Amino acid sequence: MQLRADVSSLDGWTVVSLFGELDVASAPNLREQLIQLVSQGSHLLVLDLEGLDFLDSTGLGAIISALKRARTNGGDLRLVCTQARIRRLFEITALDKAFPLFASLDAAVRA
Amino acid sequence: MAVVELEIPARPAYLSLVRLVVDAAVSSLAPNLGGARLDDLKLAVTEACSNAIEAHQSAWTDEPVVVRCELDDGTVTVEVADRGGGFDPADLAGLPEATDPLRLRHESGLGIPLMRTLADELVFEQATNGTTVRLTVYRAGSVPGG
Repeated sequence: MQLRADVSSLDGWTVVSLFGELDVASAPNLREQLIQLVSQGSHLLVLDLEGLDFLDSTGLGAIISALKRARTNGGDLRLVCTQARIRRLFEITALDKAFPLFASLDAAVRA
Repeated sequence: MAVVELEIPARPAYLSLVRLVVDAAVSSLAPNLGGARLDDLKLAVTEACSNAIEAHQSAWTDEPVVVRCELDDGTVTVEVADRGGGFDPADLAGLPEATDPLRLRHESGLGIPLMRTLADELVFEQATNGTTVRLTVYRAGSVPGG
């Protein structure tokens, strides 16, 4: 299954909604897409992970990359994630301390 | 005990197929493993296969990566065998721990720590012609060997 990334806007934030599988096969393209968004001025990013069926360490690396670039430009990156199996990765790696995990898009942009 | 073996070309596009086969094998031959443990296993196997594919690409070899699943009612073991140049897991000691705030400076290297956490047993076997990673998970609440 391929990864699809839909880009939209909400209250000044750029929302990237992911659908499918984010692994070493799909992470490089997403990484480049996120870098491009930040370089084009989208420094406030929300990644909506609710449509993800799978996430691995390479996908985490792509998200870390985007977070660092957003913060370097004075912005931030927030995650929408309620799926237990996806949240588990962030908890195991303690990355849930670096990425606030929100239950909805509204909660992410209004925090 | 049932055995399912799969050979894949060393390319990332085949990782999805590996997860499908592991999912189908466990669901039909070890259904009592449990959904959460199956998710752990698929992630750990993906990490092992990703490392194997990278090893093959570094070694410029066209040989397949071999994924072998051994299944019984309460235990599933998956071996991932590559023909890459091999590596020493101890070399990763230079990376900050996954829980270290400085870890964000590194965008890779999380795969083996994840495998260690997700699998109940993790063994690396080094040979002159490659590496075999053996991952074992037990059904929640089951006793190894029991």
